[in-house]
Amino acid sequence: MTSKRITQHPVLDIPEGNNVSFTWNGNRLEGREGEMLSSALFANGVQIFGHHHKDNSPQGIFCANGQCSQCLVIADGLPVKSCMTPLREGMKVESVEGLPKVPEDDNIPTFEDIDSQIKDVDVLIIGGGPAGLSAAIELGKLNIKTLIVDDKDRLGGKLVLQTHKFFGSVEDSHAGTRGFEIGHILEKKLAELSSVEIWLETTAVGVFSDKVVGVVRENIKDGSNGNKAHSKYIKIRPQKMLVATGAREKMLPFPGNTLPGVYGAGAFQTLVNRDLVKSSERVLIVGGGNVGIIAGYHAIQAGIEVVAVIEGLPEVGGYKVHADKLERLGVPIYTRHTVLSANGKDAVESVTIALLDDKWKAIKGTEKTFKVDTVLIAVGLSPVNEFYLKAKDWGMDVYSAGDAQEIAEASAAMFTGKIEGIRIAKSLGVYNGDIPDEWISKAAVLKSRPGVPLSEDALSALRSYCRDNKKDSDGGSNDAVNGSGSVENGVMPVFHCTQEIPCNPCTSVCEEGIIKTQDDKITGLPYLTDIKKCKGCMNCVAICPGLAATLVDYRKDAQNPTVTLPYELWRDTVEKGQLVTITDVKGEIMGDYPVERVVANKKKFPGTLLVQVKMGKDVAKKAIGIKFQKFPIESIDVPDTSALPDEAVICRCERVTAGEIRSAIRNGVRDVNQLKGINRTGMGSCGSKTCRTMVLAIFRDEGIDLKEVTERTDRPLFVEVPFGTLAGMKG
Amino acid sequence: MAKNYDAIIIGAGSVGLPAAMSLGALGVKTAVIDKMPSAGQGENKHAIGGIRATHSDPGKIIACIRSIEIFSTWKEIYGDDIEWLTGGYMFPVYREKEENLLKSFLPIQRKYGLNIDYVSPDVVSEIAPGINRDGLLGGTFSPNDGSASPMNSANAFFRKAKETGKVDFYFKEGVKGIKATHISNSVLNAGSNANSDSNNFVVETDKDTYNTPILIDAAGPFSRQLGKIVTVDSKPANLDIPVFPDSHEGGVTEPVEPFFKTMLVDLRPAKGSKNYYFYQNAHGHIIFCITPDPPILGFDKRETSLFLPQVAARMLNLMPSLKNIRVRRVWRGLYPMTPDGSPIVSWNKDVQGLLHATGMCGQGYMLGPGIGEIISRMVTDQLTESDKIVTDEFSLYRSFGGEEALK
Repeated sequence: MTSKRITQHPVLDIPEGNNVSFTWNGNRLEGREGEMLSSALFANGVQIFGHHHKDNSPQGIFCANGQCSQCLVIADGLPVKSCMTPLREGMKVESVEGLPKVPEDDNIPTFEDIDSQIKDVDVLIIGGGPAGLSAAIELGKLNIKTLIVDDKDRLGGKLVLQTHKFFGSVEDSHAGTRGFEIGHILEKKLAELSSVEIWLETTAVGVFSDKVVGVVRENIKDGSNGNKAHSKYIKIRPQKMLVATGAREKMLPFPGNTLPGVYGAGAFQTLVNRDLVKSSERVLIVGGGNVGIIAGYHAIQAGIEVVAVIEGLPEVGGYKVHADKLERLGVPIYTRHTVLSANGKDAVESVTIALLDDKWKAIKGTEKTFKVDTVLIAVGLSPVNEFYLKAKDWGMDVYSAGDAQEIAEASAAMFTGKIEGIRIAKSLGVYNGDIPDEWISKAAVLKSRPGVPLSEDALSALRSYCRDNKKDSDGGSNDAVNGSGSVENGVMPVFHCTQEIPCNPCTSVCEEGIIKTQDDKITGLPYLTDIKKCKGCMNCVAICPGLAATLVDYRKDAQNPTVTLPYELWRDTVEKGQLVTITDVKGEIMGDYPVERVVANKKKFPGTLLVQVKMGKDVAKKAIGIKFQKFPIESIDVPDTSALPDEAVICRCERVTAGEIRSAIRNGVRDVNQLKGINRTGMGSCGSKTCRTMVLAIFRDEGIDLKEVTERTDRPLFVEVPFGTLAGMKG
Repeated sequence: MAKNYDAIIIGAGSVGLPAAMSLGALGVKTAVIDKMPSAGQGENKHAIGGIRATHSDPGKIIACIRSIEIFSTWKEIYGDDIEWLTGGYMFPVYREKEENLLKSFLPIQRKYGLNIDYVSPDVVSEIAPGINRDGLLGGTFSPNDGSASPMNSANAFFRKAKETGKVDFYFKEGVKGIKATHISNSVLNAGSNANSDSNNFVVETDKDTYNTPILIDAAGPFSRQLGKIVTVDSKPANLDIPVFPDSHEGGVTEPVEPFFKTMLVDLRPAKGSKNYYFYQNAHGHIIFCITPDPPILGFDKRETSLFLPQVAARMLNLMPSLKNIRVRRVWRGLYPMTPDGSPIVSWNKDVQGLLHATGMCGQGYMLGPGIGEIISRMVTDQLTESDKIVTDEFSLYRSFGGEEALK
């Protein structure tokens, strides 16, 4: 089988690891020791992990995050989630065809007494992502006995997947630093704090009315089971609990939506960025928020073609700089578009999209079908808040932070984590001060939605603002804004940054201190206080998370200035002398130019190449992008794919379609709990984590006021646990 | 305007739903009132789905044999898949104490028509593959017992009741008042009490008011509270219906390839628990439950952390091959207990027209269809001889002194 590994990446190091062999349905394959089985399988070109017992539909990866159970495989005879099970030498892995068979086992176990080993802690934090880590650091600084648990084998949460530079500010949210590196920084800080205990590979599975949180700790090697690793069910009784469990991806109903190859953008980032698996050859992304747009960028960085990002709204919801970045590489963004169907027999072979009318209905005749092997869904996130809500029900003193509290950027999660950490310290009586107002306002700013991209009028207002605020220059400070000024001498940065977002690292890296944001607000647009002082250090170009700054240098050749462009793809695509296609901010081609020089400061600005190109002064200030996907990917002619919307699968665990739920609603059902007894909606392993919002959407679609609808009752466990583990089985 | 009915049932649960279905079938205009938002959302859905006629007293045996007929033929007759599975009930025996107890019931069980045998250890392990053979002495097996889905059944009974055209359901309505007015010497068409006196009941909910001569208490754990709000001619009736809920936790696993069908009931006590029982349902899920010792009294239905380690260790001791099956979810439900562990199916002698069908002691789901038919015959005065065995045994006016051995 072909190996689908990423062998070069512009930002990430290619992991080294021991190759081990394992079998898949009897075939010998190789994978990296310790990587998740799902990734080992993907790397070997396997993306169908089994077939559903109800309708024999092919099953594959969906969340890649331990939350659903779509990726079930049989490993050494036992059903396991492949995305959470590390690969070991000699493993025998098989697909799940129908229901898994229970192996015969007459060995009567002995048990430890789980209840005599309850662990008491002052604070339990569930989730070691940006919010949980930030809270743990605050608690650790105050020497509060804290336990932080995370289900993955490393800290960082979704920071681990984020290869792009973060927004926010340098001093308090590491702006300009790549997400995964921020994870390492936080982890290092935490390691110095002795009151915080860290349990990795530890999944919180339920919270109970006796104020106990059940967790399963995997891969314990304490000698109690010879040298074999085992898992253990542990009850934790915290005085305070912080739920920092992040978010889960929302799903969309459309025919073919459960075919292997349709999955979340976050799952995709896990495969490509954490595990360096080239999961796909060609993707289409549904959803123009930051998650979708960034996933598109990550795909290109992984060597995967991106057909397009489609978005239902007239404008993308993500940061404009993110969208611009992607469009400049040659990926189109189709607004007012929806996905009609994913097509294929056992896996995605193509996807059909269409233009939407004013009433959000697809316009006939506008359908386009593209050959793809993957459709990424990035239509929003839902907080993973079941632990929080249950703990509240039980009367526990519980807090939430990060996406579990409110969906926002990771930079905001770090702030809400800090704030909640301090709130917990105060509630324990350990800290008497106030939570700095500045934190609260920063958290609010970091959560804020991006502003409307500035119009020409607004830009000219900004230019007057710059003029009024200039210190000692004789004009031209407006040149920095969108490359529209008149100065054509010396050297200067040009900011293609026209939308207010919380981001200001350019202001702190400027060696001359001449970059400011409007009103000194973090969401203000950047401008120069004194254009003459720029020495051309290029720091602002290298740090800008939006890749929206260039440096135009007229000093050597005023007619043909040298433009320094930020670039985050492979070095071998911008070798000296190579012709590159330069674009403006929206991806319009301005011409092909040879690369003069490539500057890289791996230590200070890892992953960002500064590509210098000479071009005519007429275009120099407009240049910002280097096109990568040079030609648009054309749609193909296909026979009419007339799949009906009601064929969409809503409850993927139990294979319940939109049509079945719609018909129950039309028969008078208003209680989501009652649906279980009619068609099993929500009874699967994921506990309705995926279908919940889609089910409510069908009620709405049917004209039912959601106030009339009774929501489902959630119960522990939130993640399935084997009887043996729960029983405290030894050996 | 108050709505008029021939009968009103309080509670759309294990008993209320089949009773409504049976009353509707006999042409009795019936209203069912429940505070929950849909059918079977009280304790019915907390049942694990076991249906047995394997009891130690005639009343339950008779009612459940009829229930089993209804459950087991439902799909064939009415089409809804209520997931009936004829898997039998197996009580494995490891100690003389249980052997003697179980054997002592056989005569009466057989007398009332139960198909049951005491079987050898080999037969036990054939029916329950992988069962612990260490010390296994044998067990009773009643092959006609089985299981079905309480949620699916509730929907099916609900649908069927509505289909009669005689039954109206009022959900999300809590009963606030029950005001009876005594009517002397008048015979109402559907009312059929021992004497000719009767009552008109005004049932007040938080939304509406209803009139009926026949009020059926199928309120399960809430029957005692319901009894306390009944007034007759504006005076409190001072009813004290002896129903006291305690709670049990249940759980369900992921589905696995079917490998046994029977309900396994281990009667042996252990620290903190009495018996426990589990089976594999039609979808392949293992569904399980345990009886806490001492009982946890009261209305609390919140899941505790004690249940899973306790029940898991006991189950693995009985059937070690379960060890790698993953538990999906747990819940806790109420057993509306009576002092002697047997139901109350009885006219109230003090309040004419009030019929109690409650206190099912955790067996409402399996008793429901059988009891539902009996209720319909009580209301329409068509009791059979075998019905009378049931109503005599489950009278509200019995001594409540004994204790049911297989509860």
